[in-house]
Amino acid sequence: MNITLRVWRQKAPGDEGRMVTYQVEDVSPDMSFLEMLDVLNEKLTLAGEDPVAFDHDCREGICGACGVVIDGVAHGPERTTTCQLHMRSFSDGDVITVEPWRAKAFPVIKDLVVDRGALDRIIQSGGFISAPTGTAPDAHAMPVPKADADRAFDAATCIGCGACVAACPNASGMLFTAAKVTHLGMLPQGQPERQARVVNMINQHDEEDFGGCTNIGECAAVCPKGIPLDTISQLNRDLLGALASGKA
Amino acid sequence: MALKYAMAASGAILVLYLIVHMYGNLMIFGGQTTFDTYAHHLREIGEPMLPHEGFLWIVRVVLLAAVLVHAYAAFVLWNRAKKARPAGQRYQVKKSAQTPSRRYATQTMRWGGVIIILFVIYHILHLTTNDIAPGGASDSAYQRVVNGFQIWWVTLSYLVAMLAVGLHLRHGVFSALSTLGANRASRQRALRNASTAIAALITVGFLLPPFSVLFGLVS
Repeated sequence: MNITLRVWRQKAPGDEGRMVTYQVEDVSPDMSFLEMLDVLNEKLTLAGEDPVAFDHDCREGICGACGVVIDGVAHGPERTTTCQLHMRSFSDGDVITVEPWRAKAFPVIKDLVVDRGALDRIIQSGGFISAPTGTAPDAHAMPVPKADADRAFDAATCIGCGACVAACPNASGMLFTAAKVTHLGMLPQGQPERQARVVNMINQHDEEDFGGCTNIGECAAVCPKGIPLDTISQLNRDLLGALASGKA
Repeated sequence: MALKYAMAASGAILVLYLIVHMYGNLMIFGGQTTFDTYAHHLREIGEPMLPHEGFLWIVRVVLLAAVLVHAYAAFVLWNRAKKARPAGQRYQVKKSAQTPSRRYATQTMRWGGVIIILFVIYHILHLTTNDIAPGGASDSAYQRVVNGFQIWWVTLSYLVAMLAVGLHLRHGVFSALSTLGANRASRQRALRNASTAIAALITVGFLLPPFSVLFGLVS
């Protein structure tokens, strides 16, 4: 396969940045998208040019490090992470546009790499339980209804890749925040701090210059882990409870 | 933070009002006497506890407050969205991962809202105060409706506005229910369908009288 790539190049955070077009020849359909970028980078390095910077780590779809907007969709045409997207999803001769996550809360560091520290700070503001845990308790020591455990687990699969923010027309980080609120809110260990958590996390979310949620649903449509949109409704319900009890 | 609840609650008030308003409109099919009696009765609700048109004015004040709260919340959200992805940080290529019809409803929430508010002003000047009176002014509410909607472009303007309302509600009802915490994965489909059904019901319900007049079924 021969591919034409339009890639966002930006030398440093303050740099203006622009789209640059590259040709990548002899791409195997079995390559992952990142491997295709590796091929491009080898070519650029041999030519003495600066390779395209992109974030990646596990390359098996579980770390959340990789993530770029491909042809206008976060993580590209398949509902998975960029590293698990394969070139067979494209055709020979395609022109593919690759851009970094775009949000004020995600400043570009270089090329396709953005600083997602804002998500870490949201977690720091309340995405944890502050109970002394000790050794792992017996599995049956604290019974959790199956439905709650499943819902908590579904929400806990969030890998913090930031695709929800990238896809959101409002650049809102609500699905990410809601996933953690739902995860901990469904479990007994999360109850003591449940109301304070949702209030603190939302406050931090807003401070980080993320936009507001208008329930559009683009986030859930691109989430590689399939975090459901209803987690946002759960967050709203918890927040309403916190506001009503005067904890906000 | 409480803004999204204000948005949902004010929207809910407006939707409930629309349903009552639509019910009233459909009385046009009962004939001139029924419709005019109904219009007259609206002004007498609560008498003598309330002054003439007292109930109507309470409703109007509540509606105006709801519209202002709704518009304020929308403006703040729009402003935040603009700041969250400022100019110079926009995508060169951006595609939706959702179905086109849903995308259209969500994308038109803001501009659709502006169109609706402009329509409401035109509509009040037309059928309430009768300052705009294409087809001739009248003291009879029934006559005003018939005079107006016999003209094709009047009906067309109401058609455009009601389609805007329908799209707005298709996303709006679902969004409000979500904001109030009603959405669960198991009922998301049902909520979306209910939202579409309410939007369709209101659109069709409001369009029946104007089109009946246009096609001479009501005269």
